[in-house]
Amino acid sequence: MVGIVSYGAYVPRYRIESKDIAKVWGKDENIGKGLGVFSKSVPGLDEDVATISVEAARNAMKKCSVDPGEIGAVYVGSESHPYAVKPTATIVAEAIGAGPHLTAADYEFACKAGTAAIQTCMGLVSSDMIKYGLAIGSDTSQGAPGDALEYSASAGGAAFLIGKENVIAEINKTYSYTTDTPDFWRRESQKYPSHGGRFTGEPAYFKHVMNCAKGVLEKVGAKPSDYKYAVFHQPNGKFPVRAAKMLGFTSEQIETGLLTPRIGNTYSGATPLGLAAILDVASPGDRIFAVSYGSGAGSDGFDITVTESIERLDRNPTVESFIANSKFIDYATYVRYRKKLHLGGE
Amino acid sequence: MAVPRFWREIPQRYNLEGTECPKCGKKYFPPKSVCDSCRRESIGKMKKVKMSGKGKIYTYTVIHVGSSMFQLQTPYVMAIIELDEGPRITGQIVDCEINDVKIGMRVESVFRKIGEESKSGVIYYGYKFRLIK
Ligand SMILES: [Zn+2]
Repeated sequence: MVGIVSYGAYVPRYRIESKDIAKVWGKDENIGKGLGVFSKSVPGLDEDVATISVEAARNAMKKCSVDPGEIGAVYVGSESHPYAVKPTATIVAEAIGAGPHLTAADYEFACKAGTAAIQTCMGLVSSDMIKYGLAIGSDTSQGAPGDALEYSASAGGAAFLIGKENVIAEINKTYSYTTDTPDFWRRESQKYPSHGGRFTGEPAYFKHVMNCAKGVLEKVGAKPSDYKYAVFHQPNGKFPVRAAKMLGFTSEQIETGLLTPRIGNTYSGATPLGLAAILDVASPGDRIFAVSYGSGAGSDGFDITVTESIERLDRNPTVESFIANSKFIDYATYVRYRKKLHLGGE
Repeated sequence: MAVPRFWREIPQRYNLEGTECPKCGKKYFPPKSVCDSCRRESIGKMKKVKMSGKGKIYTYTVIHVGSSMFQLQTPYVMAIIELDEGPRITGQIVDCEINDVKIGMRVESVFRKIGEESKSGVIYYGYKFRLIK
């Protein structure tokens, strides 16, 4: 059955605390508690979606013995691709020694472009069009200075090698729920996104995540207690907790994959990184429930079962090791790192 | 740097691809088409080989005033790395506290942005190094 052959993660080392952002804008320093985001990851000056994707992809390839020449497709999902025109996927393919005999493309669907890439690879592998496909979700998202998104928009990514042989986790089912909903957007050449404020909750995130989750459960005939772990898209630390509770999942089930309180919302990297953190500790037979969400809007759901092969995989470097390797910076350094400062002559 | 030159050098910049002399086994980075020791006997026989990216700091310097492209990164560390395969190459040490860097420390390569032509130009990617803890 089609599934995950290997996976790799990457989270940049820099962090800023929500209270340090709040201080600058004269907001309540406890704002982090309200959002469920206490600190977020910040990319270095020489890091972008291409470098994060390459590091995650290399970590995935290091764990397994698959010849990169056997990868037939590379898809990178992100809303912060370095180029408006020129794919990130070709950079990744070249940097892991894959190609030239492969197909590649970049995906965009707000925060769910990475899970859309997984689905595409599943289709290509299941139909025997390719032997292996590499799906990546990665972002270096930004919020406008002073905007609510500035507390959460962060950077990170994860890569999944999809195939049929020696899978460490079988993907039993995938199902998506999609409608046209303008809850969050960014127009061409605008540096920062716009959003519908409160509109982002009920009719957007919750409607799609809940319907997608219920759809998966119904299609596989399962109930929340059948799963060891669950991961939901996590734009903040509150939404996924509420969605899980409404569906009947416990806090123990979602704890491992809930990373936003410590690293912020990694957008296209969020559900993939949460899933990677779960695979880091999962045992054979464990069942995993995953639902992403992308504004615009849609959710991709997955029902996954971990196999015996996971015990033969060296799971380092783990997501937790990236989270632990952190350097906290102040707002001034953050402004410099995120190029929010306009230098003369630029 | 011109785009065609960067493009030609992608295998070395992304993957540290060098060459190896099949006669004496010496490895070269950047790649050479003739072995320094075996000269004529190596012509046309040099093999492509990927360096592991692991090595140690041979020497380093701290850059306080960079060129305009790098001014936001200052101060930063530029080092000469002795790769485990033998060749010595220059590269930036990233994700470190400047005072933590010492000669002889083990490093591994990472994939980073090296620069860009201009705001609208091509972005150059390639290797830098980080300390192995
Ligand atoms: Zn020789």
